[in-house]
Amino acid sequence: MKALRNYIDKIKPHFEKGGKLHMLHSVFDGFETFLFVPNHTSRSGVHMHDARDSKRTMILVVVALIPALLFGMFNIGYQHNLAIGIDPGFWETFIFGLLAFLPQLIVSYGVGLGIEFVTAQYRGEEIAEGFLVSGILIPMIMPVDTPLWMIGVSTAFAVIFAKEVFGGTGFNVFNVALIARAFLFFAYPSHMSGDQVFVRTAGTFGLSNPQMIDGMAQTVDGFSGATMLGQLAITDAPNFTEFSFHSITGGQASLMDMFLGFIPGSVGEVSTLAILIGAALLIITGVGSWKTMLSVFLGGGAVILLINQFAANAIMGMPPLYHFVLGGFAFGAVFMATDPVTSSRTEKGKWIYGFLIGALAIAIRVFNPGYPEGMMLAILFMNAFAPLIDFYVIDGNIKKRLKRSAIKNHERV
Amino acid sequence: MALLNSKTKAVLLGPLNKNNPVIVQVLGICSALAVTSKLEPSVVMTIAVVVVAGFGNVVISMLRNTIPNRIRIIVQLVVVAALVTIVSEVLKAYLYDVNKQLSVFVGLIVTNCILMGRLEAFALGNGPWPSFLDGVGNGLGYGWILIVVGFFRELLGSGTLFDIPVIPQALYDIGYENNGLMILPPMAMIVIAGIIWVHRYRDKELQEETN
Repeated sequence: MKALRNYIDKIKPHFEKGGKLHMLHSVFDGFETFLFVPNHTSRSGVHMHDARDSKRTMILVVVALIPALLFGMFNIGYQHNLAIGIDPGFWETFIFGLLAFLPQLIVSYGVGLGIEFVTAQYRGEEIAEGFLVSGILIPMIMPVDTPLWMIGVSTAFAVIFAKEVFGGTGFNVFNVALIARAFLFFAYPSHMSGDQVFVRTAGTFGLSNPQMIDGMAQTVDGFSGATMLGQLAITDAPNFTEFSFHSITGGQASLMDMFLGFIPGSVGEVSTLAILIGAALLIITGVGSWKTMLSVFLGGGAVILLINQFAANAIMGMPPLYHFVLGGFAFGAVFMATDPVTSSRTEKGKWIYGFLIGALAIAIRVFNPGYPEGMMLAILFMNAFAPLIDFYVIDGNIKKRLKRSAIKNHERV
Repeated sequence: MALLNSKTKAVLLGPLNKNNPVIVQVLGICSALAVTSKLEPSVVMTIAVVVVAGFGNVVISMLRNTIPNRIRIIVQLVVVAALVTIVSEVLKAYLYDVNKQLSVFVGLIVTNCILMGRLEAFALGNGPWPSFLDGVGNGLGYGWILIVVGFFRELLGSGTLFDIPVIPQALYDIGYENNGLMILPPMAMIVIAGIIWVHRYRDKELQEETN
């Protein structure tokens, strides 16, 4: 650590004004503050004393994502093995998933940070740290078979049009990672939903190659790559009791499988258990708001209990617990809805904001067969309303206090 | 008298750049989003608006001293509606397919804010020749935005221009795909925003003050 500090101090003069590498000063500054807590103190105005600057906050979110990430990578390999009917052991399964995921992560970080660095340099500002989280979230919410160039295009679109045009980190109206996903979802729908994209049947870097016939990977009999919600959207079962989820090889899938995450889906969303571990970390460190998380589940639960009363098909009759462990519901509630920039800031507002996200997500799932999953659209929609919710919460508070002071003044007279 | 002196030149060319009805005054956005998914309807719409705006301005300009002030909006509407009907009939007769694509938006030229704005602001106070140039200028100012937006939306959304495939098959073979979002109206909004961005960046006069 000491040696690193000394090295940074030694090369620092090159990047200061007049130094020969001044043009790269924001890059240098970004790395310096990433490695060490910055020692700037403000010279006037308000003084905040808190060890948590935004880089620390961001890195904590990344740490909280790690359980879901590790499990998700293992699950890519696991689903692949199931699909082509092999069992190469734990480590090869995990490494298969890692190699499938890593290129997506590199593209996402490369494109996003590239744009961040260029704009920061151009504006003469420090490099903002916001992309640290977005960059890992983007590949985690994409299907494993999304082509890399699509991830690059959508990341560039999201960073430029959802973030930089609004003024950069901290000024965006919509969640950047979800904008990237929404862009792909509408631009290339065949790559973002359906039963072809969530399970990789082809090999990865020559690993676990399946038998290929006419360029098609040969899968085991009865294979279907549909996600659980995808199965539910196309089923013709008249009610939920007659419907049963099946794994990709056709066997039954239990609620426990779905909770632990042995189901097809995007990397981040499959394991509710791993997401809950991340949620606990976010709540303990105070980075994520437990009010938002809890109210998303309350809102979703309330709506689904209501819909269950009028169930006319399988998805309308599905109990809340299934809704919570399937699709991106838990992942969205824990990692997307709690984004401090795009969610409501007032404490009362967080309850309303979260509740409506949960309610909308379930409503989209149940009533719109075109979109098996509604979490992304629900969160983006409520992002737009978060400032409005805050406005009325604050307005209500002002009115209440005015009334109180008016009564007092009256009494005094 | 030359046909174009410096004043009439400004009347004709102003709306193409610093006084553009779409990207500076932000008028006529609705139809700009609706008709620009392909290049061909964009071009036809441009011609229709240029014709209606030009001749509408001339007619109102010639009538300007006889129109009673209190009913001027109705008179303007009658004149524009008559011109739009003519354009619409011509399109139906000779360009039936494009007319289908444009659907109600030909009829809705009547309510296009750019037209009413030019009639109110210019034709009622100027002679027929400058009014004609003003109408044509604004029509073209509106039109070039439409054509640029239509160009990008058709190229990236369908891979064609004027329905002729321009993106080579080799590109599709290595995994390229048309962007379905480009066909949807939200992307027209974003393309227009991009044009506004470049335009303001090049022209410091147009930039709003920041505080």
